[in-house]
Amino acid sequence: MTGQPPALRLEGIVKTFPGVRALDGVSLSVMPGEVHALMGENGAGKSTLMKVLGGIYQPEEGQIIVAEMPTVMTSPLQAKSKGIVFIHQELSLAEELSVAENIYLGELPQLSFGRVDWAKLYTQTDAILEKLKVGFSAKTIVGDLSIANQQMVEIARALTVDAKAVIFDEPTASLTDAEKVVLFDVISDLKSQGVGIIYISHRMEEIFKITDRISVLRDGSYRGTLETRNTNEEEVTQLMIGRALDLSRNASHHEMGNVALEVRGLSCGDLFKDVSFEVRRGEVLGFYGLVGAGRTEIVETLFGLRNPSAGTILLDGEEVHVSSPADAISKGISLVPEDRKGQGLVLGMNCRDNMTLPQVGDLSSGPFVATGAETEIFDKYKDKLDIRTPGWKQTVGNLSGGNQQKIVIGKWLSMHPKVLMVDEPTRGIDVGSKSEIHNLIRELAAQGYAVIVVSSEMPEVLHVSDRIVAMFSGKVMRTFASQEVTEESLIQAISGITATDKVA
Amino acid sequence: MASMSKADIGRFLARQGILIAFAVFIIGFTLANERFLSPDNVMGVVRSSAILGVMALGVTFVVISGNLDLSVGSMMSFSTIVVLDLHDKIGPALAIPAMFAMTLCLGAFIGFLVGYLKLNSLIVTLGMLSAIHGLTLTYSGGQNMDIVDKEGTWFAVFGQGSALGIPVPILIFVLLAALLGIILAKTPFGRTVYAVGGNGTAATFSGIKRARVVFLCYVMSAFCVAVAGLIQASRSLGSQNTVGQGLELDVLAAVILGGASLLGGSGTIFKTVIGVLILGFIQNGLLLVGLQFYVQFVVTWVIIILAVWLDIAAKRGKLWSNIA
Repeated sequence: MTGQPPALRLEGIVKTFPGVRALDGVSLSVMPGEVHALMGENGAGKSTLMKVLGGIYQPEEGQIIVAEMPTVMTSPLQAKSKGIVFIHQELSLAEELSVAENIYLGELPQLSFGRVDWAKLYTQTDAILEKLKVGFSAKTIVGDLSIANQQMVEIARALTVDAKAVIFDEPTASLTDAEKVVLFDVISDLKSQGVGIIYISHRMEEIFKITDRISVLRDGSYRGTLETRNTNEEEVTQLMIGRALDLSRNASHHEMGNVALEVRGLSCGDLFKDVSFEVRRGEVLGFYGLVGAGRTEIVETLFGLRNPSAGTILLDGEEVHVSSPADAISKGISLVPEDRKGQGLVLGMNCRDNMTLPQVGDLSSGPFVATGAETEIFDKYKDKLDIRTPGWKQTVGNLSGGNQQKIVIGKWLSMHPKVLMVDEPTRGIDVGSKSEIHNLIRELAAQGYAVIVVSSEMPEVLHVSDRIVAMFSGKVMRTFASQEVTEESLIQAISGITATDKVA
Repeated sequence: MASMSKADIGRFLARQGILIAFAVFIIGFTLANERFLSPDNVMGVVRSSAILGVMALGVTFVVISGNLDLSVGSMMSFSTIVVLDLHDKIGPALAIPAMFAMTLCLGAFIGFLVGYLKLNSLIVTLGMLSAIHGLTLTYSGGQNMDIVDKEGTWFAVFGQGSALGIPVPILIFVLLAALLGIILAKTPFGRTVYAVGGNGTAATFSGIKRARVVFLCYVMSAFCVAVAGLIQASRSLGSQNTVGQGLELDVLAAVILGGASLLGGSGTIFKTVIGVLILGFIQNGLLLVGLQFYVQFVVTWVIIILAVWLDIAAKRGKLWSNIA
């Protein structure tokens, strides 16, 4: 790489918003054929930096240099024409159109009278798809593809231009392990073609697997660049948050209480079959498995969002039927859903009203909402959960991911549920808040709550759980005690390898 | 504010745009015609806005819950015709509750379709606009409806009476606005309306019965329509079948003008009242400066577009989108 000019260089970028210096002289240089990780907690300035690069924000100072040419970016389209391509976490595809149409949207090859040259379109597209070694064709309708393959379409779209640098923003957030392998292959192909790659992710495992260098931002300023080979997770984490993160095993030392929730032979169509487990007061039961293994569907069924086709649910030893979320809540079953912004919060509402939403009907004096009682509840859980917000009037949408998640958790804790279910507790949450949420879950168990945690992240599930239910394809493969589980046995269980073993 | 960037100015204009435009209108109209701000004219505007205003109060609930109601105009025609017809048949004391019951049934039907069957509110209420118009014509046989004894009925009090020197329609509007304002801002039901409109999925995940909330919003809207129909019938003691025609757009304009987002989740009764007054004064001003009455249909449309544009501009922080 030495001797070559960088594919992309950002120099001394400064961007301020009213009252905040979002980027404080950040520099970053990406060599051709390099995978360069950009890391930092939420709010550290990663996305602001990328928006500057994409021409969505104009920096007050500093410059962007593409292949030695200082460039002013004015829009994502213009950035693309300069060879800077973004693969976003949220896909922007037209689901009803074919793969080929999506890839060449806006620049379809044309014949006379504005007719589309379909033959040329499909040949061109198939050539690109071949390069990516994907298993679908130019004519496939995008809506029929898995999320991973849709992401491939986005990548294929990036390859239609002569890309100098490709920016991947949390590309693996919704991919299964097998799909990740395909993505990493593509990245290494791009790399061998001399494209510079910026890779944004919270997932250390991936960062260490595929990147060459790691640059870290904290509080809008540049904290350094490390050679991936010569560093380790602790060093990176320290650079990101200024301290080390504890991810050790953490089985409870306190006494377990009686069984709060027992599930026997629960099934829901093809989503999951014959699922049985129990969770005691003071216990954290982890559910681990691949995306689509049926974990989320189980908690949704317990929360009354789906109708089970068979099986019984016992709450404190008594059989219950849960017909709706309202019913679940009144019985003491609560769910912190996986999609915090879509399912957990009303983003335009203030913090207090979000937290008290499920009990607003009970918190009344006469016909009116007892706002005093609401504020009391909010203040209590703001302190208890260490929610950082100027006050209850703050709109929830303005909080960081970690604080938003604490609002959702506080929403249920303030109602003292019998069972607290948390689906993907730290999805999209930065590394610092992550450990806070983990500690919080442990603490809740210690206080005697029965907690169910669903997670796709193995370190997380190992860290917080007392026992782990491993799921594969809608079935419970094994239930591990925290002390006996190894990463290998867990991976085998969720891959269906122990399918012939006795189910615990 | 030398340091105000272009985006800041854009955001400021977008947020305050309606009020600025309104101020410009007021100043312009006052210069053009000194009668514009006279007490008589002001009272006249408020009075003639009362019917529209009452309907806008109900539609505010529907819009905040994230839906639309385009049926209120033709529903108001229905209420007016029904109460006038029944007035002579069973007497006003029975005619009024009977009309309210029928109108509430229409609202409940719409609420059932949009809330429980989850049908698109635009389609449902646009269809109901036409269906209720047909219902009204069938009911009346296409005839205008008139009360026979216009002198001797106490029924005229709702539209023509006054108390403490204030016309009754204004009193009804103010009292209903206060009542509904309190329901929306202070009660658990009001809170759930905001939650359902802000994020219906999150509301469901918080145990709120979304369908029920949407249903009640439409019933609330129908109740307001019935009140408006009562005032309308009482004011003229006779009516055409098309008396409420086109009002749905004025109502929607007033609600959006007040700042309720068409996406749901935001807006207040107070803001809607402001929106109603702005619309009333602009339409009145246009008449006073000598423009034809028919121009106001165009003006209403322009106001809706302006209000929606500014609402979106305020959200994205600039007046123009740089995409597209």
